[in-house]
Amino acid sequence: MVMFKAAFVREWRLLARQKADWLNPLMFFLIVLTLFPLGIGAKPNLLAEIAPGIIWIAALLSVLLGAERLFKDDFRQGVLEQLVAAEQPLLAYVLAKIVSSWCSTALPLLLMSPLIALLLGLDSAAWLAVLLTLLLGTPLLNLLAALGAALTLSADKGGILLALLILPLYIPLLIFASAAVDQASLGLDYSGQLAVLSAMLCLALALVPLAVLKALKLNVG
Amino acid sequence: MFKWLDPYAKPETLYRICGLWFPWLMTAAVATLLLGTVWGLAFTPADYQQGDSYRIIHIHVPSAIWSMGAYSSMAIAALIALVWQVKAAQWAVGAIAPIGAVFTVIALFTGAAWGKPMWGTWWVWDARLTSELILLFLYLGVIALSGAFADRQTGAKASALLAIVGVVNLPIIHFSVEWWNTLHQGATITKFAKPSIDASMLWPLLISILAFGLWLAALTCLRLKTAILQNEQHRPWVRQLAASAVKGE
Repeated sequence: MVMFKAAFVREWRLLARQKADWLNPLMFFLIVLTLFPLGIGAKPNLLAEIAPGIIWIAALLSVLLGAERLFKDDFRQGVLEQLVAAEQPLLAYVLAKIVSSWCSTALPLLLMSPLIALLLGLDSAAWLAVLLTLLLGTPLLNLLAALGAALTLSADKGGILLALLILPLYIPLLIFASAAVDQASLGLDYSGQLAVLSAMLCLALALVPLAVLKALKLNVG
Repeated sequence: MFKWLDPYAKPETLYRICGLWFPWLMTAAVATLLLGTVWGLAFTPADYQQGDSYRIIHIHVPSAIWSMGAYSSMAIAALIALVWQVKAAQWAVGAIAPIGAVFTVIALFTGAAWGKPMWGTWWVWDARLTSELILLFLYLGVIALSGAFADRQTGAKASALLAIVGVVNLPIIHFSVEWWNTLHQGATITKFAKPSIDASMLWPLLISILAFGLWLAALTCLRLKTAILQNEQHRPWVRQLAASAVKGE
C-alpha cells in the first residue's frame, strides 16, 4: 500500500510536468473523431448510426498511442531495475501505473463524452450508453495496453509491434461496446452487453496485472 | 512424474526423440492424408443439397480443429516454459506457431471458398469467422514478438506469455456457434449424441482429422529439431553432430 501510494504520487508529478504525454493522445482522439465526418460525409443520420464504432475506435487508438511510453522511461532510466533489485512490491507499482494511466487517458474521454455526443449527433440515451461502456471498457483498454507495453519493453521496434499484439485483444471489447451503444440508440435494453463488459473487466483486473508483472521481470532480466 | 519426464526435456535427448519419431509420424500423416482426402473427395456420395461442394469439409474441418489444437498445445508448452523454465518448451512454442498460423489460413481460405457458392459471399462478420481471424492475428503476434528482441531468450519468453494470454480466445471460437446466432453451422461431430452426418461421410472426415493431427505432430518434430540445433549450436554435442555429418558426405 505504501508502495502503491508512493508510485501513484510519483506518477502524478511526472504527468503534471510532462503535459504532452497525456494531452497529445487526447488531441489525437478529437482529431480522429473529426476525420470521420469529413471523410464519410456529415449526414446526421449516417453519423449517429456509425458514431459508436467511431468513438470506440478513436478511444482505443488514443489509449494505444499513450501506451508505449508507459514503462519506457522507467526502463531506460533504470528505475525498473532498481525496483526489481530492491525487492519492492512490483505489483503495487504496476497497479499504480495502470490506475494513473487510466486517470490521465480515459477519464478525460469520459468527461468529454457529452461534447462527443453533440459532435456526432447522438441523443441522450445513446450518450448514456457511450458513457457507461467507456466507464467499463476503458480500464480494460489500459490494462491490455500495459500488458503490451510490458511485453515489448526491450523489443527493437516496440511501437508498431505493441499495436499488432494488443489490437486483436481489443476486438471483443469493441464488439460488445459498440453493440451496447447501437441497442441504446434504438431504444432497446443493453444491460446484457454491459454485463459481458463487466465480466471481461473483472477477469482482466484479476489476471492482467500478474501477466504485466511477469513481462516486466522478463524484460528487466 | 517429473522425475520420469525430466530427462526428455534435455535438448540432446529431445533432438534424438524428434529425429526418431519424425519419419514415422510423417509417413503416417501422408498415408492418412491421402486416404482421407481421396476417399472424401472422390468416393463419398454427394450431398443432397450442396452437391459436390460440401466435400471441402474434408480439408476445412480438420484444419480448423487443428488450428485450435495447435494453439492449445502451444499454450501448454508456453505454460511449461514459464512455470518450470524448460527451455525445450520455449522452443516448442516457436516451432508450433507458424504451423498453427498456416492451418488457420487454410481453414479461413477453404471456408471462404465454400462460402462463395453456398452463402453467396466470401466473408461474413459472424462470430465464428471473426474469432478464427483473431486466432490468426494472435499467431502472427506470437511470431512477430518472438523475433523482435535482440536477445533471443527474452523473445521466446515474451511470446510464450502472449500465447498464454491468447488462450481466452479458444473457448470463444469453440462456443461462438452456440452463444451467437451465426451463419456458420453448429458442431456436427463433436457432440456426444449421434453425429448429424452420415457414416459414409463421417469416416473419411475422421481420418482426415487424424491425418492433420499427425501432420501437425510431424512438422512440429521437424521444426523443433531445427530450433534445438539453432539454440544449442555452441554445445559440443551439436558440433560433434555437424562434424560427423560433414565426414559422412
